[in-house]
Parts: sequence; structure tokens; C-alpha cells
Amino acid sequence: MSAIKLTIDGKELEVAAGTTILQAARELGIDLPTLCHDPELPPNGACRLCVVEVEKAKSLVASCVTPAAPGMVVHTESERVVRVRRSILSLLIANHPLVCITCEQTGSCKLQDYCYRYSVTENEYVGETKELPLDSSNAFFVRDMTKCILCGICVGKCQEIAGAGAIDFTMRGFITNVGPAYEDKIEDSTCVFCGLCIDSCPVGALVPKALIGKGRPWQVEKTKTICPYCGVGCGIYLQTRDNEVINVRPDFDSPVNRGHLCARGKFGWDYLQSKERLTTPLIRSEEVFVAVGWEEAFGLIVDNLKEIRSSFGPAALMGLCSPKASNEESYIFQKLFRSLGSNNVDSYSRHCHAPAVEGMTRAFGGAAMTNSMEELVSAEAIFLIEADPLKTHPIIGYRIREAIRQGTCLIAAQSEDTGLSDIASYYLQIKSGSAVALANAFAAVILEENLYNPKFINKRTEGFAAYSSSLGPEVVRRSLELTGINEEQLRSAARAFATANSAAIVSTAGGVAQEGGSLLVTALANLALLTGNLGRENCGLYLPYSENNLQGSADMGTLPALLTGYQPLREKTVRDHFSRAWKVELSEQPGLSAAALFSGYGNKTVKAMLVMGENPAACGEHREAVTEVLRNLNFLVVQEMFMTETAMLADVILPAAGFAEKMGTYTNVERRVQLNRAAIVPPGDARPDWAILTELAGRLGFKWEYESPEDISTEIAALTPQYAGISYERIGAKGLQWPCPHSEHPGSKYLYEGRFQRGLGLFTPISMDDQAKLLFSYEENRSAGKKTLCNCLSDSMRNRSVISKL
Amino acid sequence: MLKVTNSKISLDQLSAYRERCKEEFAQKADQVIILVGLGTCGIAAGGAPVMQAIQDELLVQAEAIKQRALDVVVRSTGCAGMCEAEVMVEVRRPGGHRTMYGQVKPDLAKRIFVEDVVGGNPVEDLIVHREEPGVKPGGVLAKQLRIALDNCGYIDPEVIEHYIARDGYTGLERALSGMSSQEVVEEIKRSGLRGRGGGGFSTGLKWEFTHKAPDEKKYVLCNADEGDPGAFMDRSLLEGDPHAVLEGMIIGAYAVGADEGYIYCRAEYPLAINRLRLAMKQAEEKGLLGENILGTGFSFDLHIKEGAGAFVCGEETALIASIMGARGMPSPRPPFPAQRGLWAKPTNINNVETWANVPRILARGSDWFAGIGTENSKGTKVFALAGRIKKTGLVEIPMGLTLREIVFDIGGGIQYDRPFKAVQIGGPSGGCIPESLLDTVIDYDSLIRAGAMMGSGGMVVVDETTCMVELARYFMKFVQSESCGKCVPCREGTKQMLSIMERIVSGKGEPGDIGLLEELSAVVKEGSLCGLGKTAPNPVLTTLRYFRHEFEAHVEDHRCPSGVCRALMNFFIDPEKCRGCTRCSRICPVGAITGESKKPHSIDADICTKCRLCLEKCRFEAIIV
Ligand SMILES: Cc1cc2nc3c(=O)[nH]c(=O)nc-3n(C[C@H](O)[C@H](O)[C@H](O)COP(=O)(O)O)c2cc1C
Ligand code: SF4
Ligand code: SF4
Ligand code: SF4
Ligand code: FES
Repeated sequence: MSAIKLTIDGKELEVAAGTTILQAARELGIDLPTLCHDPELPPNGACRLCVVEVEKAKSLVASCVTPAAPGMVVHTESERVVRVRRSILSLLIANHPLVCITCEQTGSCKLQDYCYRYSVTENEYVGETKELPLDSSNAFFVRDMTKCILCGICVGKCQEIAGAGAIDFTMRGFITNVGPAYEDKIEDSTCVFCGLCIDSCPVGALVPKALIGKGRPWQVEKTKTICPYCGVGCGIYLQTRDNEVINVRPDFDSPVNRGHLCARGKFGWDYLQSKERLTTPLIRSEEVFVAVGWEEAFGLIVDNLKEIRSSFGPAALMGLCSPKASNEESYIFQKLFRSLGSNNVDSYSRHCHAPAVEGMTRAFGGAAMTNSMEELVSAEAIFLIEADPLKTHPIIGYRIREAIRQGTCLIAAQSEDTGLSDIASYYLQIKSGSAVALANAFAAVILEENLYNPKFINKRTEGFAAYSSSLGPEVVRRSLELTGINEEQLRSAARAFATANSAAIVSTAGGVAQEGGSLLVTALANLALLTGNLGRENCGLYLPYSENNLQGSADMGTLPALLTGYQPLREKTVRDHFSRAWKVELSEQPGLSAAALFSGYGNKTVKAMLVMGENPAACGEHREAVTEVLRNLNFLVVQEMFMTETAMLADVILPAAGFAEKMGTYTNVERRVQLNRAAIVPPGDARPDWAILTELAGRLGFKWEYESPEDISTEIAALTPQYAGISYERIGAKGLQWPCPHSEHPGSKYLYEGRFQRGLGLFTPISMDDQAKLLFSYEENRSAGKKTLCNCLSDSMRNRSVISKL
Repeated sequence: MLKVTNSKISLDQLSAYRERCKEEFAQKADQVIILVGLGTCGIAAGGAPVMQAIQDELLVQAEAIKQRALDVVVRSTGCAGMCEAEVMVEVRRPGGHRTMYGQVKPDLAKRIFVEDVVGGNPVEDLIVHREEPGVKPGGVLAKQLRIALDNCGYIDPEVIEHYIARDGYTGLERALSGMSSQEVVEEIKRSGLRGRGGGGFSTGLKWEFTHKAPDEKKYVLCNADEGDPGAFMDRSLLEGDPHAVLEGMIIGAYAVGADEGYIYCRAEYPLAINRLRLAMKQAEEKGLLGENILGTGFSFDLHIKEGAGAFVCGEETALIASIMGARGMPSPRPPFPAQRGLWAKPTNINNVETWANVPRILARGSDWFAGIGTENSKGTKVFALAGRIKKTGLVEIPMGLTLREIVFDIGGGIQYDRPFKAVQIGGPSGGCIPESLLDTVIDYDSLIRAGAMMGSGGMVVVDETTCMVELARYFMKFVQSESCGKCVPCREGTKQMLSIMERIVSGKGEPGDIGLLEELSAVVKEGSLCGLGKTAPNPVLTTLRYFRHEFEAHVEDHRCPSGVCRALMNFFIDPEKCRGCTRCSRICPVGAITGESKKPHSIDADICTKCRLCLEKCRFEAIIV
């Protein structure tokens, strides 16, 4: 695009065609006042405060919506401009309750700031002010529309970004308002309480309830950290005062969420201040728990672990590590057990994601989302199959919506409507359980119509011959029966997918511990291989994990057979390497998985367990069996924030710090390692898990010298090829995506450029019988909930938060 | 012999088909055609019973008709424009003899039937207009020139053959017979046609922008939102001659390269919508609309979108938003609809009347059209003439006529021959023009120069009994409540202006108010996002310009020179004239009048609510305002 030369306030500059005057002025560092402009929303031009004078133009123009033109001469603060700006502010103030003294926004209110800047006082115009009832019916935020200046930003966020469509302009003229249709309460609208509106409101019209009366902007400390809920890992700012969290605001500069959040991140932090927090170590005495000091608790733990280890051997010890623990904590957790001679380390929650891991590992050799969330926006096509990202991973949902706005073709195959169904270019309403059949039918059509990518297949894959011969015309025919869609729908959607230059596949079905999950993941991996949508930008396979550090926890080797970075325990060189580094002998005996433990194989050998932040006794269909296993142990230690169902079974409970109370790194679904910072100190005697583990290791006789999580991270980098170049210093504000092999490496947006982890990508045929069986098993298991990812873990937080009301 | 066929016609059959329609519908020597005006206005005035009465009479008089060897045909037609004359009934005889009767009631309809249709003797006392072959029409129609309204009140709008017989679809035929789309655009450019929806932008240039836009998919839209208070030009046109608008749009679609279009019509126009639907169906059956028009391969798919009737939805970007199912709110331009309009595709939008001119220009050539009017304003303009004028209604005049000619020659002057005061043109976006400027000619630029604007065609004539300040307040109130609420200057600025205006007409005006109004006007004009706000201060500004003294009287002397603003009136009793009859004190609902019988009474100004009841009761003209 050609460059445009213009002059603003006497300074000449060149900008790209399509740049607005506002953007151009900002490039020059000119701070034009704006009230209704939001860079991610369509041009609005409502407040008119950004007007500037353009020489030779008839009237003033709104700089936010006027493109720069060649030779333009712009004055941004001329007398005429200032006069209009003052009038606009006066008009706004005339219809605004001037209650700045008690308004939560005071100090960060744009209206207030601009009035100050242009010396606008209250009395230039007198007039009616609008009278509207306060909407505070819901548990989350208050809407005081008397303060609203109708900038429309909240409407844009709600409609365009969140897609909730809860609010719009209503009425006309002076009584114009913004809110749910028919002047309903927000609670009775389609509001999902994402909070996007709140954090973009330039005035104090929208205020989180928890914040009211808790502190003015200048009294509040802000700590940049990471949301502890789902695997997206949104950047947030914790606002705290007097060691209390009072609000969360999104990080507008985070490459992950770019200022967006969902209800969990925005409102779900209040469990930190729950009265139910555990504040001292507890030990079981008969049927009650007695509060004790750390000394006593540690003493008891050390004695018992040593005892059991010497009586039953190291394999009698097992650890379950939470995918909510930081990388550092996960790392030293497995290090502790392996140092004790036991490879029995796992996470129970991960069990739900086993299908995704299994399917991806078989096809590529590694189990991580191949590309970054941001790339979805630029994908030419997105194939969304059995996923409801607006519910499970809202940020991914927002990105898909954004992609559609920019022209991406969305192919949605769903057995139930989602918030994205009606904006899909192709919406295939398939029968529940028929997703595998559909994915296979796509492949069959693509083969039949010669729409596959032979170059990619030849160079990068194996197993194609067997795969393609499994996809005869009967696959298409059969799939129509199973899915219930017609052939034209199938073919046109498959064509749209295959002919896109870059197509991404998104599914959360791999996050459900069911037989079908793994088959579907395989079918989708096949599709991506078939069309060459791997190893480059804007395509790939997206099977996002549910918990915030599920990725990191696995990366850190909290898996029975794998050390950090998925280095196999069975290889002697790997064991030797770790033995040398840790100065202990590693056992080669493969560890027990959580699934194996609870399904009964291990319950005879395992006598003592340490459960760090997991709650298997409350999770999933097998709760009762799990409880039985835990109950039969000789000794159970639980590190927890709350008295969970699992903690109730413990002999010793250690009070743990929450995410806002400790430092550490988390790795999100796109392999981005991000830094979590402490904003407050833990309540009572509670301690961060890493500190508990370090202390325990010392008392068990290991000489760990970690002063801080950062020390641990240095060790992780030294032992983990993918993390080799990652350090706290380098992570910075944006995080670093692994693989990051050395300290100069910028991190990797996507995986498998040139090579899969297993070398070639592997096609795996799926038999028609297997597909058909699924339909029935799904039908029977409907209640298992195939699209709501398992997050039992988050439940112990959620249940103690206002978001439990959602 | 052709009967109404439903088969599709091809381009080379069209002119033969037209000839056959002409033959079929030409008035035969023995034919007497009775036309009943059944537009919305005609129906509202009681057109249906009149029609029924005529139908009944047709049976009753069957014998007499037979004896005289007459062929009596009864038809409905659209509005002829003479509002106060509804219900209108025309008796049309072969050779162009037209007799139009006004204010017809069922019994009068019978009389017309018996005396004129059967008896051959016109009912002189009911005639409002008469046309004889070869004689230039006099009266209301004398200075009018009908192009857009040519068929209104003449044909039956529900019969496509009537339209075709009046050279309908000749323009389309010409466009599709070897003219390239570019040539059609050129033809419209040469004609000098400008938008009749208010802005007056060159139609040809606008078409050219859309024509040149690179997209494959384009749209044409017809703006039939007609939100100006009191305006009904577009409604009458759609009701009286829907095919003219359709044909215009089909030609426009061909010219700009669109294959789909929408007519955005306010839902309060059910008759117009029904007639449009019918017309579209007929045109489709004939192969004039839809797939493969006239067998030329050109296709155009047309839809109707009913609007909820917000004034702002007439603004083009708001209209587009509304068609897309969003709230009708304007958005910034650029991008203009021609670049990025409906569903983000290049879109050409024109007003109903603009579209109706198009087929005529194509049929008769741009030179013909450009020969009418003034230097920069060509053709005609339809106005809805209303207010204190003798003959109200729809008029179509050639550009270049003066306001004086419209008010006095066409409108017949002011009611009761009171003195003329002003004419308000352009509705809420326009302004008032005083007596001194009565010789202003009607064209886009002179009206702008006078501070008003052509607008979509509202024209309200006012006399000394109208308060100009109150009139301006009325329009301010209108724009304030119709402001979409998006931008601050319009939403808040017009509210402030309205508060001031309300203050002034209620006698609470303050010295600085006029200055404040001027200041606010400047901000609202300069700062607003769309045309609604940008023009909203016009009524106030022109009133300040031409009737400042009225403003000043209100503000400074708390007096309404026209005696309209009640709050500014003081009622008192002239003791000289009062006979103490007590009629006034007995009628006063609030007990403001006291006085002993046979002695002069007095009014307590603090209690008086200025209801005027006493004024009407007093027989001695003792109550002074
Ligand atoms: C507030 C507002 C209301 C309008 N209402 C109408 C209307 O009712 N009918 C109409 O044809 N144009 C209306 N317009 C003008 C349209 O925006 C547009 O200019 C017009 O339809 C273009 O057609 P034309 O070029 O044929 O006049 C309105 C404009 C504004 C700013
Ligand atoms: S919280 Fe989210 S869904 Fe609710 S109104 Fe605000 S933006 Fe819309
Ligand atoms: S509530 Fe806030 S964001 Fe929404 S329109 Fe009003 S001022 Fe703007
Ligand atoms: S000028 Fe008025 S009608 Fe137009 S956008 Fe602004 S508020 Fe809406
Ligand atoms: S910031 Fe430009 S109009 Fe509001």
C-alpha cells in the first residue's frame, strides 16, 4: 500500500493508506482525547471529542474515523477544535451526576480527566439529567446508567468480541440508554458476565460489586499475573489493597488475551479470601483434625514416609500433582519422588485429557496444541468439531469470532448448538457421537475429489497407503447415516476445509475421558496431515487443555514414564543425566499412573501418598473407587487450600498458598511459559507448595538449595531441552513459547516445522465398525457431558467463589 | 388478441406487447371510465363506500347503460394529489375529456353516475378540475409538470398493463437493448438528475461510484422510509405508480452492476407495501424482474424490508444497518455505501422519487430531462403542500418555479386571504423562508442559500397566526426525540436547545438564551455524526435569521407576537367594556375570575390557566389577551 504524507500540528509524517488521523497523531505522540474509540471495535465516531480541524474541510472531522489523505494539514488543538471539545464535555457533564467524590472511577475516569484538561466546570449548560434505576440485581457488577455517556464501547465488546449480545442501545433521543432489550435487568439477559464491558467503560457506569468501597485507583496496588483457571492463561492485573484482592483487570498488552477475560478470570478470584481457607497444618487425631505447627506436621510426615519406604520399598510411595501447580512446583514434586526412589508420580486430572495426549502422540510424537491462539484469527478456514470454546476457553471463542469478522470460513460440526453455530459459514448439525464418522467422511471426500496435499504427504508422513485404502466411498455413505447430514452439506464443507490455504482444526472432545475421544483426535490428526495443515502458520490442530498448567505440569515430568521435556525414563542416558544432576540414583522401575492406581492394579503396593492440590475423591464417575483407594492407604498427606473431599481423608493436611500468593511460571495451551507474581501474602501459616516441598525434601535428607522459584527454573532450563532458553529474565511481559532451545531463541509460535517429534507424521486408519460403535456408546453416555471439559480441579476454587452462581 | 398473459416476455417481444396493451387499454369510443382515488388518503376519506356505491349503481343502471350503448368501466387509481378534495372520482371520456369530482360521498357518487355517466351532464357543483383535449389545464395543475407523478391518479396501479400501456418499461427496454451499463450511468449523469431524498447529490455520479467499485456483489436500495413529519410524496408515488419505482431500480441495478436490491419501506405504509408486492409479482411473471430479465441474462432479485418507522432510519447508513437486522444507527462515512454498504458490499441508495424519474429519463432521453428546470437543478420536484393554504396536497413542479407561484398560483393563496408569513421547506432539516424571499426559485442551491433546503418535499405555509418560535420548537422537539442517541452533540445538544426553546415559549426565556442557542447550533452542526444532527439546528437558525424579532419579543418582552404561546398570554378584563354579566366567572374552571354581578370583573393572573374559555364566552369583547 502506498504511503500517505500529511502534516499534523506542523509536523510532517508518512503513514500507510487507511491510517486514521487519530492513529497518525498517536504516532507523533499527540494525545488526542477519545471517549468512544476502541481499537478493536468497528469505527464508531459517537463522542465527537476527537474532532480535529483539517485545512480546507468544511467542518471539523472526527479523527478516529477519518482516514488520513495525502497533503492533509491537520490542527489538533486549534481554537475551533478546543471550543467544540469544551462544548461536548459541557454537554456531557450537564447530563451527568457529578458524584465524583464517591465514584469508584475517580482518578481513572476519562470524562473527569478530559474535563480537567479542558477546564470544563459543571455549570455551562443546565438541564435535565436522566433518571434511570440502578441495576445491581446480579452478583457480579452494578450498572449505573445515569453515569453512562453512551460511548457504545460496552455494546461493541458484548456484541462483537464476546458475542453475548446481552446489551444494545435502546430508546432514542435524550432517553437513549444502553442495556438489555426491554429494559430488562442484566441478570435476565444473555449476559455471560465476561466483564469485557466493565473494563472498557471510560466512566464509572459499570462497577464490579466486590470493588465498591474497597479503594480508589491511587490506593490500589496492581500486580501483573496469570489467571489460574483454564489453559488459556490470560494475563491479568490483580488489584490489591491491605493484602486483599479487590478486583481483577485484564492485561491489555498480553499477547494471549489482549484485554479480554471471561467470568472466571474477572470474578473468580474471591475464593482466595474465603473463610474456608486452611491456615494451619492439621493432623488427624482419631476422627478429628487438630491444628498443629509446621514442625510437628513435618515430623510426622518424615517419620511415616521413611517408615513406609523402609518397610515396603520406595514403590510404596506415590505422588499426585495438580495441573494447577506451577512448573517449578511440578518439577520439584516429581524430583522429590524420584529422589525417594519412586517413579509413581502423576496427575489425576490429566486422566481426562489422556485421549488427546494419546492421539496426538501417536500421530506426531508430541502432545501439545500445534499452533498459537492468535493464529486462528488469520486462518482461512476453521473446522470446529464438537467444541464450545465460548464456554470452555472463551478467548479461543473470541478469536474465532474475530476470525469470522475478518472473513475466515467457519465450518462448525456440532451435536449441540453453541454460540458459534449461527455465525458459521457451514453448520453441520451432526448426531451425538458421530464426529469421528464425519471427520473420516471429510477425508474420504477430500481423497475422492483430489483435494489432498500430495507433496506434504510424500515428504512428511507415513502410513498414507493403508489410510487411504480405508476410505472408500462406503465411508461417505455410512457417515451420512451416522451423522444425519446430507451429502451436499458434507461435500461443500469438506471442500471449504480442504481448499483453504490454511485451515485450523479445533476440538475439545479430546478432553473427555472416553473411548471416542482418542479416535476423534486420531481422525482429526489424519485430516490435518492429509491436507498439510501442520508445521506452518495459521493452521494446525487445537485441542486445548482445560486446566491452567496441564501443559506445564506434563512438560515438567509429572508423568510416571517421562522426565522433563518428555525424556523417557526407560533410556539409560536420560536416567544417568538426571542422576548426575540431582545427585541421586534414579530407579528404572516404571512408575504407576493415576489411572492404574485407581483402577485397582496398584492399590496393593502403594501405602503412602502425597497429594498436592488435587481432589480426585470428588472427580468424575469413579469418585467412590478413588475414595476407597485413598481410605485404605497407610498414610496420606494433602497439600491444599481448602478442606476438600480428598483432604478429609488425609492424615496430615498442609495449608497451601493460592496463585496470588506465590511466584512461579505456568505454561498455557499454546506452550507459552508465563510468569505468575505474588500480590498478597498467604493467610495464616499457609505456605507456597514449592516452599513446602523444599522444606520436606530437606528434612528427608536431600540438599536442595532453592531460595526461590527462580532457582528452580534455572535447574529446569538446564535439564529440559524445550525450556533451555527460558529464564525469568527472558519471559518478560509476553512469555516465551517452547521449544526455546537456547537463550537467544525467540520461542516458537507453532510446532513441527520441517519435522515432527516422531520424525514423520503417522496416518492411522480408523475402522468403520469403531466409528459406528461410538454412536451408541455416546448415546448411552450423554450425561457424561462431552463438551464441557473436565475441570473438577477448578471446582474447589469455583465453588467458593461468586462464579459458582453462573 | 392479447389477454393478460402470465408468460414471460423477451426483449424483442416487449414493444409489440406494449402496443397490444395500448390497444387493449385505449379508451374505446363507447367507453366511459370511472376512476375512484383509492390511495391511503382516498381510503381514509371514505373511498371504499364510494367505490361500493358506484359498483351498486352500475347494476342498478344496467338497463339505462345498455340503452345508451355505453361501456362503463370502473377502476381504482392512486392519489391525484388534491388532498382536501378526497374522495376524488374522475369520469373519463374518450379523447381526453376528464372531469374530476371532489369530496364525493356515496350519495354524491350516485348523482355523478346518474347525471354525468349515464346522463352526460357534468355535476357542476362537485367539479374540482377539468381537462379538455388540446386545452392546457388550468387551476391547480396549471403550473405543475408531472413526471414522477405522471401516472398517479391516472392508471390503476394494480394492473401492470396499465403501466406498460403508458410507455412503461420503455426505459428498461432501451437500457437493455445494446446500452452498456456505463452508458446508462452516463445517460443519468447527463440528465442532471439529483437525489430527491434531501441531499440532492448527483444521481449519475453516485451510480458511477458504485458502478466502478470492484466487487462482484452489489446492491441497490430504495429509501422509502419517508420520516419527515407530514410528508407523503413517496407513499403516494408507491401507491399510485409502483412500477415506476421498480423499473427505476431495475435500470439502476443494471447500471451499477447489482443483482439484488431492497426497498426499505416504513411499515406504516401497508397499502404501498401491498401494491409493491403485487407489482413485483406481476413484473416477475412478465420476466421484467428476477432471473434472466427479458431473456437478456441480466438478473435482479428484489426484496421489501419493512422498517419500524424511525426518522433516523432514513439516513442511509442507518437504513443499511436496519436492513441487516441491527439497530438503525448511522455510522461514519467514509466508507460511503458505494464503497462498503449493505453486507459490506458496494451499495447504491436512492429515494423513491429519484427512482421514479429514472425510467422516464431513459425513455425520453437525458436531453429532454435536462431541458427542464434550472442550470443546476433539472426536472421536477414533488412537494406535499400543507399549512394555511387554500389548496393543500401533492404538487409536482418544474425546478425554477418561484415560491410565490407555488403558494399563490398553485396553492391558491392563504386561507381567509390572511397575510402570508413564511413557508417552511425541508421539514426538520430545513428552514423557513419569509415573505421578502418569496421570489426565491425552487432549486437545490437557492434554497440552501436562503438557509432552508429542498429536503424530501415537505412544504408548510404559515400565516400571521403561526408563531415562528413555536414552529421551530416543534421541529426541535421532533429531532430531539428522533435523534438516534449515538453522538453527543446531537443527543445532548438538541436536548439543551430544546430546553431553551421550551423555556422561551413558556415565557421563561433569559437574556443570554439567543446567544446560547446560536452557540449550541454551531456545535451541533459542526460536531454531529450524521445529517440528522448536522441539520437539526436549521429551523432554529433560519427563524433567528428571518424572525429574530419574534424571538426577542418572547425573550425580552415575554410576549408572543402571534398570540400563540399560551404561557406568554395575559388575560385581563377591560373594565370599560365589562358589563358584569358573570358569564365568564361562571365558566372559569379554576375560579380565577371574580367580581360582583353588574360590576366589572377581574382576572387573577396567578390563578388563570389561559384556557381561553372566558374569551369565547364573553359577548362584549371585554376580555383582552
Ligand atoms: C436523518 C435523515 C433522514 C433521512 N430520511 C430520508 C427519507 O426518509 N427518505 C429518503 O429518501 N432519504 C432520506 N434521507 C436521505 C438519505 O440519507 C439519502 O441521502 C437518500 O436516500 C439518497 O437518495 P437520493 O440521492 O435519491 O436522494 C435522510 C437523511 C437523514 C440524514
Ligand atoms: S459482562 Fe460480558 S456478556 Fe455481560 S454485558 Fe458485559 S460484555 Fe456483555
Ligand atoms: S456503560 Fe460505559 S462503556 Fe457502556 S456506553 Fe455507557 S459509558 Fe460507554
Ligand atoms: S447526528 Fe443524531 S441521529 Fe445522527 S448519529 Fe448523531 S445522534 Fe444519531
Ligand atoms: S473518539 Fe472519535 S468520535 Fe469518539
